Amino acid sequence: MAKAPARNAPTPPAVPNRERPSEPERFKASKEQLLEFYRQMLLIRRFEEKAGQLYGLGFIGGFCHLYIGQEAVAVGLQSALDGEKDSVITGYRDHGHMLAYGIDPKVIMAELTGRGAGISRGKGGSMHMFSTEKKFYGGHGIVGAQVSLGTGLAFAHKYNEDGGVAMAYFGDGAANQGQVYESFNMAELWKLPIIYVIENNQYAMGTSVNRSSAEDQLYKRGESFRIPGIQVDGMDVLACRGAAEEALAWVRAGKGPIILEMKTYRYRGHSMSDPAKYRSREEVQSVRDKSDPIEAVKRELETMGVTEEQLKPLEAEIRKIVNESADFAEQTPEPDPAELYTDVLVETY
Amino acid sequence: MAIELKMPALSPTMEEGTLAKWLVKEGDVVKSGDILAEIETDKATMEFEAVDEGTIAKILVAEGTDNVKVGTVIAMIAGEGEDASSAAAAPAPASQQAESTPAPAKAPETGTAQLTAAVEKTRPADPAVPAGTEMVKTTVREALRDAMAEEMRADPRIFVMGEEVAEYQGAYKVTQGLLDEFGPKRVIDTPITEYGFAGVGTGAAMGGLKPIIEFMTFNFAMQAIDHIINSAAKTNYMSGGQMRCPIVFRGPNGAASRVGAQHSQNYGPWYASVPGLIVIAPYDAADAKGLLKAAIRSEDPVVFLENELMYGRSFEVPKLDDYVLPIGKARIMREGKDVTLVSYSIGVGVSLEAAEKLAAEGIDAEVIDLRTLRPLDKQTVLESLKKTNRIVVVEEGWPTCSIASEVAAFVMEEGFDDLDAPVLRVANEDVPLPYAANLEKLALVNADKVVATVKKVTYR
Repeated sequence: MAKAPARNAPTPPAVPNRERPSEPERFKASKEQLLEFYRQMLLIRRFEEKAGQLYGLGFIGGFCHLYIGQEAVAVGLQSALDGEKDSVITGYRDHGHMLAYGIDPKVIMAELTGRGAGISRGKGGSMHMFSTEKKFYGGHGIVGAQVSLGTGLAFAHKYNEDGGVAMAYFGDGAANQGQVYESFNMAELWKLPIIYVIENNQYAMGTSVNRSSAEDQLYKRGESFRIPGIQVDGMDVLACRGAAEEALAWVRAGKGPIILEMKTYRYRGHSMSDPAKYRSREEVQSVRDKSDPIEAVKRELETMGVTEEQLKPLEAEIRKIVNESADFAEQTPEPDPAELYTDVLVETY
Repeated sequence: MAIELKMPALSPTMEEGTLAKWLVKEGDVVKSGDILAEIETDKATMEFEAVDEGTIAKILVAEGTDNVKVGTVIAMIAGEGEDASSAAAAPAPASQQAESTPAPAKAPETGTAQLTAAVEKTRPADPAVPAGTEMVKTTVREALRDAMAEEMRADPRIFVMGEEVAEYQGAYKVTQGLLDEFGPKRVIDTPITEYGFAGVGTGAAMGGLKPIIEFMTFNFAMQAIDHIINSAAKTNYMSGGQMRCPIVFRGPNGAASRVGAQHSQNYGPWYASVPGLIVIAPYDAADAKGLLKAAIRSEDPVVFLENELMYGRSFEVPKLDDYVLPIGKARIMREGKDVTLVSYSIGVGVSLEAAEKLAAEGIDAEVIDLRTLRPLDKQTVLESLKKTNRIVVVEEGWPTCSIASEVAAFVMEEGFDDLDAPVLRVANEDVPLPYAANLEKLALVNADKVVATVKKVTYR
């Protein structure tokens, strides 16, 4: 190898040519806050396990995408939002985000079973659920569509000068859709208040990030649009919350969009019909053993003096809530046949 | 030999313009690239550059002259070494010239001319407008702009977004003046990014705003059709009525002149097949205004299909403070008793032209403009059928799975007993629209095809 000429000074460290967000700090939760995170994450876990069971029994049809393993992301991020003004939108893996927003598990489960009491009156199903009251805008079945739509929500926040921020979740698979970059361009051009959350669970259906993404460090995907990105441990709810605060500070200061890449993992297949042959059982088990987000909170609670014994009543309460939602979803009737023709249009012509 | 300078066509649809200003005078030496004159069309002022070199020998059309037809000789240029005065003498008036010199090869006429041939002659007044209402001659382009401006004045949630809608004043000048009045917050230039801005608009509508999304043409909306259908049209239903999406997607649709297959398609049947959408395709300026205002006010997503060939056409528009028309109501453009011609958009003009020709042969045709393609006003068509017992559908678009197919189907389902002949379709040929002028002519509907088809169902 040729020796470098002596006159060459060592390359100076890369200096960002524009302002960057600070490295987020892990959120310092009080015992009560951490207990609440634990409660929400466990509710999602148990709810999704039950949904998987109901799917197996034929109560839930079609596609059903479970959030098991990714609970820390929705809980950590959404806990930082202002429910009065901020809006949230996501793709079809949406049960967790709704539960994290405090939406009644009964109406969610009843939607999964296609019942008239479901949050979409049984006409949306697992992938298409909304709560405009909570500013939760879906629940979208076309991979990547929620990124443009979320950018539109951010446009509305800015237009209305209501101080709100839009949070648009999408996966590592959607991150390769063209409209994502069309949206990045406009969002930065118009300094829209939006946090793009890439939930990188490592697999787009069965294709790993490495096999699908030329730049697999997805937080860098905004670079050519001057959108900064932060990579976050999505298995650590406190890291998620800390990152959300940094991102919100950036966006609320009028600096435009920001990307959070949440490194996470889904334990189940892409959907219920996915046998997940593209990864080994050992890989999944290893994540469960080493990085489970709920176990991590449990350990953290222990250091705060909350014993496993003390958590038992909470766990029992969650089982009860989930079982009740399942019972409700199995027993409440299907939509009235007249519902077939309602809600196609708002007005009558 | 002296060179003739002719009035240029500055766009595919320009037929005449105003010679606004000469920037050279007789005796000036010009070379290629020099700007000779400014020419105004209804859309814009354009500069006219010299191609040939020489001396301006004679200016034949004075500045400020309106309605100068494309191809008119407007000046003569004397070539190098040529005597400018003899060059100036050379141009004879066109009629004399035609006698003395062989006719120059004529530029082929676009096939779309047959679509608008009779627009000037066929302008029925809308009987729904109260008698005595003052009427103002307005182009379709201005009517659309006025509709947007009036609605934007009334509702601050309305904004216009699209390519070149603001600073450029609209690719087809439909948004002319809106930026000046409403500012950049409400009149927004986007990057060339149809899928993206259709999604941003749809999301903004879900977030409570009332966007008007302009597509430069609906051909480009194919890049965005996912948001129009999957996001805008279906979400209200999928959410059990929670998610409103009051948005208007508008822009030119259908064949334009000599632009080839990728820029010449009628998407009416595509969108009209989707539950959850309102689809409107007006013909004249009054309907364009009244229906666009209704579209903007609607709480539902609307696809509003305009026609580039109609933008520059003028019609009487009622001078009313708030001229809004009902969505979903067809209009009887001409009453008749022998046959019903059902059409929409530019096909209405073709139908009216055909009706005049048929009248000369003693066939009295009724002409219905559907105006809204979804929901279809079946009632008006079926009522007319009761009277005429014959229906021919005229559509500037492909025949397969068309609006014409749909009309034929519902007429058979709901009006079979009133039919004395099969429902026939007059549509474009079932091919991508060709570029060559002669083929373009063959591919598109025209009044003679309508006349021939009517004779089949009237057994003449």
